[in-house]
Amino acid sequence: MNDRDNMSGTSEQGQSNSLHLTTERLLIKGGRVVNDDQSLYADVYIEDGLIKQVGENLVVPGGVKVIEADGRMVIPGGIDVNTCLMKPHLGVRPVDDFLQGTRAALAGGTTMIIDHVTPQPGDSLLEAFERWQEAADRKACCDYSLHVDVPQWNEAVKDELELLVQDKGINSFQVYMAYKDLYQMTDSELYEAFCFLKQLGAVVLVHAENGDLIAQEQSKILGMGITGPEGHPLSRPEELEAEAVFRAITLGNRVNCPVYVAKVMSKSAADAITQARRKGSVVFGEPITASLAADGSHYWSKNWAKAAAYVTSPPLSPDPTTPDHLHTLLSCGDLQVVGSAHCAYSTSQKAIGKDDFTLIPEGTNGAEERMAFVWDKAVAMGKMDENQFVAVTSTNAAKIFNLYPRKGRIAAGSDADVVIWDPDNVKTITAKLQQSAADYNIFEGLECRGGPALVMSQGRVVYEDGKLQAQQGTGRFIPRKPFPDFAYQRIKFRNQVKARQAVTRGIYDGPVCDVVLTPKYITPAPSAKTSPTSHQPPPIRNLHQSNFSLSGAQIDDNIPRRSGHRIVAPPGGRSNITSLG
Amino acid sequence: MEDGLIKQIGDNLIVPGGVKTVEANGRMVIPGGIDIHTHLQMPYRGTATVDDFAQGSKAALAGGTTMIVDHVIPEPGSSLMEAYDQWRQWADEKSCCDYSLHVDITHWDDSVRQEVDHLIKEKGVNSFQVYMAYKDYFQMSNSELYEVFTFLAERGGIAQVHAENGEIIAEEQARMLQMGITGPEGHVLSRPEELEAEAVFRAITIASQTNCPLYVTRVMSKSAADIISQARKKGNVVFGEPISASLGTDGTHYWSKNWAKAASFVTSPPLSPDPTTPDYLNTLLSSGDLSVSGSAHCTFSVAQKAIGKDDFTQIPEGVNGVEERMTLIWDKAVTTGKMDENMFVAVTSTNAAKILNLYPRKGRIAVGSDADLVIWDTDSVRTITAKTHTSAAEYNIFEGMELRGAPLVVICQGKMVLEDGNLHATSGVGRFIPCSPFPDFAYKRVKARKQLAVLRAVPRGMYDGPVSEFSLSRGGTPSASARTSPTKQPVRNLHQSGFSLAGPPTPDDIPIRPAGRRIVVPPGGRSNITSLS
Repeated sequence: MNDRDNMSGTSEQGQSNSLHLTTERLLIKGGRVVNDDQSLYADVYIEDGLIKQVGENLVVPGGVKVIEADGRMVIPGGIDVNTCLMKPHLGVRPVDDFLQGTRAALAGGTTMIIDHVTPQPGDSLLEAFERWQEAADRKACCDYSLHVDVPQWNEAVKDELELLVQDKGINSFQVYMAYKDLYQMTDSELYEAFCFLKQLGAVVLVHAENGDLIAQEQSKILGMGITGPEGHPLSRPEELEAEAVFRAITLGNRVNCPVYVAKVMSKSAADAITQARRKGSVVFGEPITASLAADGSHYWSKNWAKAAAYVTSPPLSPDPTTPDHLHTLLSCGDLQVVGSAHCAYSTSQKAIGKDDFTLIPEGTNGAEERMAFVWDKAVAMGKMDENQFVAVTSTNAAKIFNLYPRKGRIAAGSDADVVIWDPDNVKTITAKLQQSAADYNIFEGLECRGGPALVMSQGRVVYEDGKLQAQQGTGRFIPRKPFPDFAYQRIKFRNQVKARQAVTRGIYDGPVCDVVLTPKYITPAPSAKTSPTSHQPPPIRNLHQSNFSLSGAQIDDNIPRRSGHRIVAPPGGRSNITSLG
Repeated sequence: MEDGLIKQIGDNLIVPGGVKTVEANGRMVIPGGIDIHTHLQMPYRGTATVDDFAQGSKAALAGGTTMIVDHVIPEPGSSLMEAYDQWRQWADEKSCCDYSLHVDITHWDDSVRQEVDHLIKEKGVNSFQVYMAYKDYFQMSNSELYEVFTFLAERGGIAQVHAENGEIIAEEQARMLQMGITGPEGHVLSRPEELEAEAVFRAITIASQTNCPLYVTRVMSKSAADIISQARKKGNVVFGEPISASLGTDGTHYWSKNWAKAASFVTSPPLSPDPTTPDYLNTLLSSGDLSVSGSAHCTFSVAQKAIGKDDFTQIPEGVNGVEERMTLIWDKAVTTGKMDENMFVAVTSTNAAKILNLYPRKGRIAVGSDADLVIWDTDSVRTITAKTHTSAAEYNIFEGMELRGAPLVVICQGKMVLEDGNLHATSGVGRFIPCSPFPDFAYKRVKARKQLAVLRAVPRGMYDGPVSEFSLSRGGTPSASARTSPTKQPVRNLHQSGFSLAGPPTPDDIPIRPAGRRIVVPPGGRSNITSLS
């Protein structure tokens, strides 16, 4: 409870608390409460949008509305860590805004989303953040939080990032390794961004694809006359994703900064993450609904509109065994979180790229289907148990982004975002019955077991028996504090262990070769400039060396020697420091 | 042997009289070694490495290596051809054994492209090295690497890479210096092996995209070697070259209290501080996951190394190894039972000859091959020391090691140059051996894949549904692609009627509608192509 009060105290600014003055008391009776660590039969008592008690035979006030769970699973509401409900593409906005998008989320059992703020290069991050927050406050039907994407790296961005972390409750930022000449950062910029974000205690999200090579491949493929959606996966083969993932992890290791790979779409990228985790890297991987339930063979569909609907980056892998592999890794914990990357464009919006696949707006649906597919393909197949299901759809996300235990757990004091899950529910996905406003559903026709029977957001029932009663504008912005333990605890210890020390040696005073002063050999500029002669350890006095000199020069004065100054025979002869052998 | 060629092989040969007979006494007779990576007489800030072509090739012969392949390193911005001519002149003058040249591509533009083309076609160079490190100097961007690889794949060249992430190294170097670490240990701390592995991974990705054979020079760490062996298991055409230093010693010496000793180990990528590295690399070399061994022999005197006495980034990079290369592999791989003698010949000589397209002239004992032979003495034991080595360097990084196996007799171009421990090398007898493009060893597979990898567009009707309004000015996709968007002749849609109540029909042959123009209802209504579900 203290935790929670602190959170709302920091920056919620009391804007949405007024919505919860109406006291609502609910008792979920006879359910099996499933958290990420255990399952138990218990009743859940909810008051004022919070879970007040969990246990058997609870003593509750009279006049409480009772919901019979009948032995079904009661799980924490899902957290969808990756949505893009306002991401502009060439001036067009996705058809699912915060209203449509959160309605779709709720209908699928997800009670919180974290949306990406996507400023254009040159825009102020802070302004973009406020635009997003304003739109979401007006429209969102469930609690939300925001990631801020960093489209370019410069000094101005640093101040804004600091402000966002310290005052605005943002602890996660996405950087891009793709989209050359637009969002893409060089390795040096990434290194600096990682260093800076690590100091702030933020989680670094990475869009991992090699943008340089993609640009080359795109022009090559357009040059061959391939302009349809199949050009999209052809120009972005999964190797380029794996390469970028590998590079991002290397950077993360060097800087000692946690790395979160947004949208894991291919087996090889997932394998790169798995291997890095085996070696101890602090890295998290997020497969999305699309990569968990569909594959990239549809890009070759004869129906342009259908093929274009699958366009997202990194693309779906044409390898049909990919979803199965990703589910396996998700089940064993090598991948941690499921997002949806829900970014729905209509067919007419997709058609912007009808003559050039590089112009097709990127994004697929998935917010509504996310939890059901993980159930259907992992739990119902026996790969994953129900606790792990809760972990990957909700708890891990809450931990990584520092929302735990307010979100992601059914316990006294947590928010009353609760779902009664029905494992026997079978439904066929179709665009006709979905909440999303998109005219296409990439999972069209797939049959899916498992679904929410009842969804409760902030202690109110918003979805029951297929009926959605979401209220626009009820979603609150949930601020998040930096340095989430789940990511940063290990980092802190490693910082202490990794302190480097110079070797204490006598100063080399043997002969130095004459070099040209206008060096043809330029070492990296930053290092050459910062070369700190002043930081050197004080010279150890060499007792073998005499002060007396015929040439008049004093060798052990403290002025560091200039390069290019030839010392042929130092007075006193060579010291033992340079003796060979 | 006659006239520098091998004429006959067999039992009880019939030979003319007056032939000098060399008694092998049952010892191994192997093809002379090929050291595929040397930097002899390399210019460095107005000085040069202490081993010139005479000294360096003598050291090579003393170690059983009868051919070297040196790297031509033009200054960025200068002509590749001029540098090549310069190196040819130096080597022709002094080299005691046959040699060939790699040319390093230190910058990339159209004139370099032409020079590379010329070098491949006319000058007998088939391998070119590019750099992923040395930021703001040799380093190339991913896009440039892609273009170089594409070009080399067309012309049949081998792309060699110096694989280290230069950008991160620059950041790490600045950080180390800021922390006050200025000694040689800063070299290895700022270039951790992860950065080598990362660059190897990236190079392999680019090579596989461009379908170009890749050769990774100087494999120094376990993780880099692992990446190569994984890629080979996935079918990539990639060759890895560990060097004498990485096969024989490790990077713990960077922390030596003796500055001169620590500095003598400085090379890039650095030796790994993990002491199990040499053993591991020898294992991969034995299993064929790594293909050839070089020496990267590039020796500087202590005075030259001392240029960097106050700043490790200024220490000239390079270690010795040309003389010790074959002995090291024999001792660490063959006598330990990892490798058999045939594999020994493969990694010290034959594979290099195949990659350079010199096989079977070099790297094999067969009729018609060059008479570069070594009689190998498996029982000899000697201790490596700078006092007795042939190189002019004051330091030997293998100092004090006791190694089994050594050449007893070395025959180069049919002449005895090493006999009973005496070296009779003659400066200037070394010939330039031209290498031709498209070596089968690398290109057979590449050619087959080229035919398979043809991409095809999906034949579809034109999309003629509604298109949203959009502005190209905002955001923008990669500019190159937006401009080159080819306008295909539209396929006539037979379902679409030319008749319309809504006014004049939209002409079919305007391929792209003006951006920003909204088409609400196309004439003739939607065709079946855009119908949903």
